[in-house]
Amino acid sequence: MTVIDADTEVRKGFIDVRSMGVTFGSGDSAVVAVKDVSLNVQPGEFVSLIGPSGCGKSTLLSIVAGFVKPTSGEAVLDGKPITRPGSDRGVVFQQYSLFPWLSVRKNVEFGLKMAGENQNKRNITARSLLDLAGLLSFENHYPDQLSGGMKQRIGIVRALATSPQVLLMDEPFGALDTQTRVVMQEILTNIWQQFRISVLFITHDIEESIFLSDRIYVMTARPGRIKAEIKVPLPRPRKAEMTDSPEFMNLVQELKGLIREESLAAMAPELKDRGLSGFGMKVGPKGVGEIF
Amino acid sequence: MGSMARVNIAAVPIPGVDADAGRVVESMVASAPEPASHETPELTKPATIEPVAPEPEIVPIVSLRDVAQGLLKHITRERMITAVLACVSIGTLFLIWYLGTKYRFEFYIRFKNVPTPAEVFQQAMQVGLSNKFVYNIAMSVRRILTGFAIAIAIGVPLGLMIGRYARVRDLFMPVTEILRPIPAIAWVPMSIMLWPNNEAAIVFITFIGAFFPILLNTIHGVHSLDGVLIRAGRCLGANEPQLFWNVILPGSLPHIFTGLAVGMGVAWVSLIAAEMISGQYGVGYFTWEAYSLVDYPAIMLGMITIGVLGLACSGIIRMVGVLLMPWLAFASGSKR
Repeated sequence: MTVIDADTEVRKGFIDVRSMGVTFGSGDSAVVAVKDVSLNVQPGEFVSLIGPSGCGKSTLLSIVAGFVKPTSGEAVLDGKPITRPGSDRGVVFQQYSLFPWLSVRKNVEFGLKMAGENQNKRNITARSLLDLAGLLSFENHYPDQLSGGMKQRIGIVRALATSPQVLLMDEPFGALDTQTRVVMQEILTNIWQQFRISVLFITHDIEESIFLSDRIYVMTARPGRIKAEIKVPLPRPRKAEMTDSPEFMNLVQELKGLIREESLAAMAPELKDRGLSGFGMKVGPKGVGEIF
Repeated sequence: MGSMARVNIAAVPIPGVDADAGRVVESMVASAPEPASHETPELTKPATIEPVAPEPEIVPIVSLRDVAQGLLKHITRERMITAVLACVSIGTLFLIWYLGTKYRFEFYIRFKNVPTPAEVFQQAMQVGLSNKFVYNIAMSVRRILTGFAIAIAIGVPLGLMIGRYARVRDLFMPVTEILRPIPAIAWVPMSIMLWPNNEAAIVFITFIGAFFPILLNTIHGVHSLDGVLIRAGRCLGANEPQLFWNVILPGSLPHIFTGLAVGMGVAWVSLIAAEMISGQYGVGYFTWEAYSLVDYPAIMLGMITIGVLGLACSGIIRMVGVLLMPWLAFASGSKR
């Protein structure tokens, strides 16, 4: 569970999404991406949003980041409605988003430079963060010289450089291979525990969401709604070995059940309408190939 | 334990810096506040960033040593072959010229009046060192630089604005689309009428030649900029002017330089045409004058001079591009 000491100062980073709806386009071509979603992230809490592809989870994150305006409802950060992007919310993107023309350190310094910090302060902060990410020796490299995992680590610490209250992560490890991914998850939990920052984490990977989160919201297929909210009672700090524990396995099973229905609905609604369940398994002697 | 970690950091070799820079870092570490260790995951201290001593000197992204090492590294077998083929390529041209003029080749193409390489070389020795010829070159270079500089000064900012703002695009693109197909040479009569003197008219024509390639490539550069970089810039707190200067401009720079290279080529074409038609002085004027005076070696000399000057200008643009955009050496699309 989230560690919040009773005696610490008023914690910031409370995200509140209230009955949010998003519709793209209008008239006949209107697409309802998100429908009546309410969720929150407590200060210092790690919350994942999981759902089938195309369910609008990235749209939700874009709204909290301030890139997209909701059609109805609102997103509020510490009592203030979110209207535009800002350095109080760090964002880590799925695609590599480092500026290729800046050295690694200058990338991390970017937010501080925009805030008008002096060179010395920028330098100290950036080097400390790169040290934390284990990439200090690469500070003068260009992003194109680094591997995907390195780039995402820098993406994370760059987002942290301006001391945001929340970190928004949109499938940040989606492009990485499985081994790198597992290591990145451990690095992320370590960083998160040091900064005690609120995190809203988008993923479609069940194990990843359980390993990282205090709480998980499961979304339905489009139009995206909250289907379930699941607490993860696993102790902190999380270790890679935990993924073999029975508690972890049970959570995986529970989430798999919830998501399978939605994935099927997202992939082949026509199958669902015809009352077929599973991936065309009941189709009969003609086999699966016939129906697609 | 924390201080151990500090020493390690100081010992981390920083590329492009002399190894002893670490020593200075170490001495500064002593005054740095004791940081929380990051090796234990459960921390008792809330979100603080550990301070790491700053490097005493700001490290340039590309040091001279890097450049020198890079150059040495590049003298490879591949490069040697490239150089040899380049010599063959240019040598063949000279050989055809030499043989054609030596045997006075005449079958549809007539080498009868074409001067031999030796004649041109003599001419170059004779004329090339004269004040008049140097003045002609200086005039052409001055016109090119002026016209090109104005084209950059207008084309790049306007291109960035058109690329970024739909309203600016709606305002400027229609007029651009009408003017763009008119070749710079077609502007010569109008330009002579328009400007108070010949000099301004020629510079204007040079400007026209360079302007459209620069403008269009800049617009293309903004459009092809990855949207995620703009979003990243915005959520790192950049306001619109900051975004323009720190993301959109550097992000468009590779395309802008493509525009400069193309623009420089068109600028030379335009300049020479303008000088031939309306000029006083200049390499184009020199070449045309030589034709009027039936001074064949001088024609060749003029042509070769134009070629060399054009090559030099492109080379300078490419060099500036490499210096301004060192990161491109590592870009995924580069041939390395």
